[in-house]
Amino acid sequence: MKPDNEFGRQPKFCNGLDRIIRLEKIRFAYTPSNPVFSDLEFSFTKKERAGLIGPNGSGKTTLVHLIMGLLRPDAGRVEVFGREREREADFFEVRARIGFLFQDPDDQLFCPTVAEDVAFGPLNLGKPKEEVRAVVRETLERLGLAGFEDRITYKLSGGEKRLVSLATILAMKPDMLLLDEPVAGLDEETTDRLAGLLLASGLPYLIISHDREFLHRTTQGLYQMDNGRVSRLR
Amino acid sequence: MTVEPFAAGTSFVHRLDPRVKIVSALCLAMVTAAGNRLGILGLALLVGLVLVSLARLRPLPVAGRLLGVNVFLLLLWCILPFSYPGRPLLTLGPLTASYEGVRYAFTITLKSNAIILAMIALLATTPTFSLVHGLWHMRMPVKLVQLLFFTFRYFHVMHQEYLRLRGAMRVRCFKARTNGHTYRSLAYLVGMLLVRSFDRSERIYQAMLCRGFQGRFWVLNHFTLRAVDLVFLGVMVLVALGMAAGHWTNLIG
Repeated sequence: MKPDNEFGRQPKFCNGLDRIIRLEKIRFAYTPSNPVFSDLEFSFTKKERAGLIGPNGSGKTTLVHLIMGLLRPDAGRVEVFGREREREADFFEVRARIGFLFQDPDDQLFCPTVAEDVAFGPLNLGKPKEEVRAVVRETLERLGLAGFEDRITYKLSGGEKRLVSLATILAMKPDMLLLDEPVAGLDEETTDRLAGLLLASGLPYLIISHDREFLHRTTQGLYQMDNGRVSRLR
Repeated sequence: MTVEPFAAGTSFVHRLDPRVKIVSALCLAMVTAAGNRLGILGLALLVGLVLVSLARLRPLPVAGRLLGVNVFLLLLWCILPFSYPGRPLLTLGPLTASYEGVRYAFTITLKSNAIILAMIALLATTPTFSLVHGLWHMRMPVKLVQLLFFTFRYFHVMHQEYLRLRGAMRVRCFKARTNGHTYRSLAYLVGMLLVRSFDRSERIYQAMLCRGFQGRFWVLNHFTLRAVDLVFLGVMVLVALGMAAGHWTNLIG
């Protein structure tokens, strides 16, 4: 029996399937004249901790937005946690179980105070108020953000916003993390802190980043996005 | 969802000079709004439909726009015939619809739909920047032009921020229900939207200042009046005059 991870729970997967994500024959274009993907294949399993690299504009953010259902493909199949996901309602489970960290923390935080923002996720999942309060306190403590409850999200520094964003998704107790450039623009100390938190989380994750050293520290596998295709490097 | 869904296109109407389109739209709208003869209003509706088809716009989005107006008109139809005095037409219990009331409601329906169709075909097919630029060329005061320009620019900024915030909420499984949590979250959304849009607008303005902005806008694609633009304008003015004659004289119709 695996010990509980630091965030207090066992990740659960349906039918003991290893595969979390599977994208098949995905075609997507923002403008018809310029398709981002014409025949994308991608899969990710619960045993992986991998990085995703690629040139700017190659479609890395588009890929993760497709996984989270923020974008819908023009053609192809999106399968997450063993089920095909097509409609908005299908993605509810995906968003509850995959914690997605946006590239820009300003895109993630929108409640006035830190405590309210961290509570937003669990409240959406229907958790009762007392449990949510405990989760908020616990999550902030684990991230070293004790005392941040009443700080105004809008007025935090860049590094603090990143850590609070991470707290908001960890509070939902996800089974996997998807991080879009988590350390872009962060100082060394915060980067170290983030690396430590990820390694101790006990969760599988996929990190989009240009910081090779950070990826080397936190991941074992490496994917590369090029010309609308994903290939495995490590 | 794009902010200007009809502006992208290559039809004849899309390529007309914006000034011509503005003047035509104004003439048609004014004549239609002021007139009262049902036959001529029907003609105005036809003109609107012809313009929309000349602009080769997809019928479904246009119908969507019309739906908004017609929902209000439906409400009007439920009230106006019964409250407007006139010869009784039909009785529903204690309520009596008058012939004049029905005619008035019908007039309003025709006018609204005709004007909106003309506006969609002529004004919505022009990018807002071109419209504002066109207005400036027609000697609209510079301050008003800037106001319009910035309003549109910042509306776009707010729309982008709104999409981002909605994304943030969706990705953490937000579902709108009728409870305090939903209302509070939506209130936060609106509040944050205002705060962040204001902030971004400030930063955009600062960036413009840093590049020497002093209030003057430069447009690279300057439009020129071609013969076909003048012909179109001529035709539209004639149509408007014809409709005016139809409404207010006995020469036509």
